Amino acid sequence: MTAPVLKVSALTKRYGGVQALDGVSFAIAPGELLALIGPNGAGKSTCFNIVNGQLRPDSGHVRLIGSGTAGRDITGLAPRRIARLGVGRTFQVATVFGSMTALENVQMALIAARGQVFGLWRPARDLARQEALDLLEQTGMAAQAGRPAASLAYGDVKRLELAMALAGEPRLLLMDEPTAGMSAGERHDMIALVRQLTRVRGLAVLFTEHSMDVVFGHADRVVVLARGRLIADGSVEAVRDDPAVREVYLGGIPVGGRNER
Amino acid sequence: MSFESLLFQAVNGLASASGLFLVAAGLSIIFGVTRIVNMAHGSFYMLGLYLAVTLAPLLGETVGGALGFWGGIVAAALVTAGLGALVEVVLLRRIYAAPELYQLLATFALLLIINDAALYFWGPEDILGPRAPGLSGSVEFLGRHLPQYDIFLALIGPIVLIGLHIVLTGTRFGRLVRAATQDREMVAALGINEAVLFTAVFALGTGIAGLGGALQMAREPANLALDLSVLGDAFVVVVVGGMGSLRGAYLAALLVAEVKALCTALGVVEVAGITFNMSRLTLVAEFLVMAVVLVIRPHGLFGRPQPAAARRGEAEAPLVPLGPRGRLVALAVLAFFAGIPLFSAFASYAPVLALDMVIAALFAASLHLLMGPGGLASFGHAAYFGLGAYGTACAATVLGLPTPLALVIGIATASAGAVLFGWFCVRLEGVYFAMLTLAFAQIVWSIAYQWEEVTGGSNGLFGVWPDPPFDSANGLYLAALAVTLAGLVLIRRLVFAPFGLALRAARDSRLRAEASGIAVEKVRWLAFALAGTLCGAAGGLFAFAKGSISPEAISVGRSIDGLVMVLLGGVNSLTGPLLGAGGLTLLQDMVMRESAYWRALLGLIILAAVLLFPAGLAGGLRRRRAP
Repeated sequence: MTAPVLKVSALTKRYGGVQALDGVSFAIAPGELLALIGPNGAGKSTCFNIVNGQLRPDSGHVRLIGSGTAGRDITGLAPRRIARLGVGRTFQVATVFGSMTALENVQMALIAARGQVFGLWRPARDLARQEALDLLEQTGMAAQAGRPAASLAYGDVKRLELAMALAGEPRLLLMDEPTAGMSAGERHDMIALVRQLTRVRGLAVLFTEHSMDVVFGHADRVVVLARGRLIADGSVEAVRDDPAVREVYLGGIPVGGRNER
Repeated sequence: MSFESLLFQAVNGLASASGLFLVAAGLSIIFGVTRIVNMAHGSFYMLGLYLAVTLAPLLGETVGGALGFWGGIVAAALVTAGLGALVEVVLLRRIYAAPELYQLLATFALLLIINDAALYFWGPEDILGPRAPGLSGSVEFLGRHLPQYDIFLALIGPIVLIGLHIVLTGTRFGRLVRAATQDREMVAALGINEAVLFTAVFALGTGIAGLGGALQMAREPANLALDLSVLGDAFVVVVVGGMGSLRGAYLAALLVAEVKALCTALGVVEVAGITFNMSRLTLVAEFLVMAVVLVIRPHGLFGRPQPAAARRGEAEAPLVPLGPRGRLVALAVLAFFAGIPLFSAFASYAPVLALDMVIAALFAASLHLLMGPGGLASFGHAAYFGLGAYGTACAATVLGLPTPLALVIGIATASAGAVLFGWFCVRLEGVYFAMLTLAFAQIVWSIAYQWEEVTGGSNGLFGVWPDPPFDSANGLYLAALAVTLAGLVLIRRLVFAPFGLALRAARDSRLRAEASGIAVEKVRWLAFALAGTLCGAAGGLFAFAKGSISPEAISVGRSIDGLVMVLLGGVNSLTGPLLGAGGLTLLQDMVMRESAYWRALLGLIILAAVLLFPAGLAGGLRRRRAP
């Protein structure tokens, strides 16, 4: 395995009497599509929100590793600082800037990534326009560039959000349930798009997901949490056959087997 | 300063804290259940006091002095509660689903109407109530006479706090109130009659405020300025204590009142050779308390972070630069205004009226920068108008600086104020932002009122006349037009520049903006500072236009004028505030000056605008034009 992009070590978080996370460690490599799964209450959201900066762990570290450097500790950094270090993210309920066109949305993300937010005089219209159009092209949104974001269908909002998360050439993308709220067809298209982007850009993607079809159909590797502990970390096949994983999911029935078998 | 005088002031502070707490507690309970910040809450306090000073002597004639006094207080509180229930049924029920800004404005309109109603019924003179029978003496303690009534008032706060606690935890009504505060939808889903609950809560909250006012009968005269001063104090208390927490409200009221009392007790002190009259610095002390608490705990002592309020209503349409036709219209309007001096030969009033309109346009446009693209409704924009006006007036009169330089000094003053206050305000959003901006504006107003040596106190500063060539009506008008035009061009550029885009992004989705790497608070801070700076220019021009500046001209009414202009014109467009500024200035000039009850008139206009044209005039026009 090449040098990882992100290294999470020994994360611990308590809420009152509940141990939400208990010494969770994993790493993610460039170009890898890593799924973070677990039953409700397993600590997925806590773990995810610590990585993206919305929560601070009680102990443990999140390290973002650049090319050839030992890595930067981003534990507890504000979300916008983490974003500026090259971490894109999408939300479970996709949010975009409703009062702007799709193109302006992506331009805004690019302007922010380049640190040009405090430009007070020159119009933003022509800034990063071509790059924004390219990103819309890559996410299949080119035809919608001029439409107000508030008038887009939800599937397109998700794509637009992905285009925005890709602005500024992130090395790591954090996706919280990337296919939530989509139809079966849209789900497949979305994850195939993400899959392709990881290959083309060498982008690492960490995502949480409830749909086992998506996880076992597309992820390179799966990390399984249960009651705050990491119980499995391995390839799709290894995790699927893991007895501990079977135990926490569905009490022993094979996981993700509906489509494959 | 002796220990005795400190003790005396401490008891005095406890008595004031009780009054503050009664107002803040009602405000807090009403907000918890209905999610409406009742801008008219101070008015119910004022009504309570007016009713008490009227009812107590009336009752006294029939049932005797003591029973009349206490009966008068109880009756005043009950009547206030009844009025509160009436207001809830007639007005508030229509606006529960409206955007926050409209709710704030509607209850502010109520404040204006109640104020003029009080003027109509009780007249402009202060009215003193009877002294408290049985409690008019004093208690000797450590050789010092402490007024009995102050001691009684000091006890009232904790008694009401405990009483409310018992009601909220021990009764079915209290459980419903707490449940509704936590999750309104759930309570509705459980089949509780929300309408009755809301009316009851509003009556309870206003009744407590009325009680607070009525209890002041033996301490201070009823007067028409109480509604706003009490409201400002209540906002400080609620922001410091944390919205929704009664304990927090009491603790904050105690903190604010005691710090003020301590300042009064200290009197004149000398630090490092400079003498300070601490009793004059009570408002600065209040500001410092609030500042320290907000830095350490942004949501107040006992407050919890509020979930980001979802923007209600439709998203705005994307902004597009003016097309050729729009440019032509803009140029025509500009040419018309530039040509106004030509009319002055036969209509000498034209440049004077046009000057008012131009200044109002800059004022409204600067507020719109915050409200529209920023999504932050400031209820204290008058502060920066005032800082600009007083800065300019001082520079022109005391320092004797030339007109342009005096204006620059005024703008710099407003800018500095906006940078300082803005740092605190941008940490908050929604109604919290509105409350904090209003509280800061009250502080600026009070400083203008209290710092007589520099500001001329209640009379203000006079003889602020511009030098030639700005000393003629036309000369000053053209200069003001040029400054306003520069301001409008700057705002227009800002809105389409990356900064304006980022400001709109933060308004549309703060979460997404942060995730994209936008420093939302910094962007908003700069917007606040720029809006304050431009508003300061309007204030400076105003001082020259009137030749004077007084606290009256920078009161909360000025802030509300700005909000009404933006609202009348429509928040969603950049031309809206200009239309609104022109319209309201004309209206004030032609109609309101004729009436003694212009406040009520303005209130009715606001209510009509809120209830009939929720998108504003420009919004209405645009809708009609759209297919």
